[in-house]
Amino acid sequence: MLSDSQAAVPTSSHEDVHAPALLHHFATEEQQRNASSFGMWIFLATEVMFFGGLFVSYLIYRLWYFGDFGAASKSIDATLGATNTAVLICSSLTVVLAIWGAQIANRKLMIGSLILTMLFGLAFLGIKGKEYKDKFEEHHVPGASFSFEKVPIPGHPDQYANPRHAQIFFALYFIMTGLHALHMVVGLGIFTWLLTMAWKGRFTPEYHTPLEIGGLYWHFVDIVWIYLFPLLYLIDRHP
Amino acid sequence: MSDHAKSPVKSYLAVWGALLLGTYLTYKAAFLELGAFNSAVALIIATTKALLVALFFMHLKGASEKLLKLVVISTIFFLFILMALSMADYATRWYS
Repeated sequence: MLSDSQAAVPTSSHEDVHAPALLHHFATEEQQRNASSFGMWIFLATEVMFFGGLFVSYLIYRLWYFGDFGAASKSIDATLGATNTAVLICSSLTVVLAIWGAQIANRKLMIGSLILTMLFGLAFLGIKGKEYKDKFEEHHVPGASFSFEKVPIPGHPDQYANPRHAQIFFALYFIMTGLHALHMVVGLGIFTWLLTMAWKGRFTPEYHTPLEIGGLYWHFVDIVWIYLFPLLYLIDRHP
Repeated sequence: MSDHAKSPVKSYLAVWGALLLGTYLTYKAAFLELGAFNSAVALIIATTKALLVALFFMHLKGASEKLLKLVVISTIFFLFILMALSMADYATRWYS
């Protein structure tokens, strides 16, 4: 009985030499690819909610301590933030170029783009480090040595920002950019692995799903930064 | 994948240029006196940039799977619930 029904069903194609990467529980390569990206998108959905909680806390405190947040934000170097935004955008471009390189079987383009992506990622973390160093030297790190005395509120030169409220801004700044930087570090780890796989020639025009999945992660981290930049660096900058 | 006849590189470069332009604009706009519109302009530009990345770099544009669209739309929907219900409380408190 069982052997009858098994014989009636066409066997899956795990012995198909034309698609060596196809796992036998998937019917087609396309189905396998879609399942992978679907799983990644669900993971990204959890990441959106994860960062979303922080964005909502930012929103609440920004509304409550409006001027204090403006004063605190003004103390951060916006040019470094803008540079880092440009660096991340360039890294997102090199990610899609790496995938394109795999699709047209251009090894040079794929590996070169992956290396460039990682260099941009490292540059981002370096600039972030400079920014953190400045904040440590200015005693803007929340904690016992925090100091934010006599900083005027933007638009109200006669009023000073409340240091306790400014400290909440800096706590959010360090948690949000720190968590983002942690994602960058994880991303660099993933891309080291992708580069190794690419170097070994594992990616072909037919199979390069890991590149696409890793790329989705990298772009998501880029999108988080796209929101962090104006919210943390650019509020109340105008005179 | 390999049967894509047209190279997407041109559109990638165009999106990259638009993202850099958006960064420049949001940086410059922050130094203008726009009152309450400063935040609005910053968020509109940021959302446009995020959409460009999601549609073109993450290939949501042209994604045919309904399941994938469902995930993306419900993500945005739940984020909206998180914000709307929180703000329904915090933004309507009259005491300081």
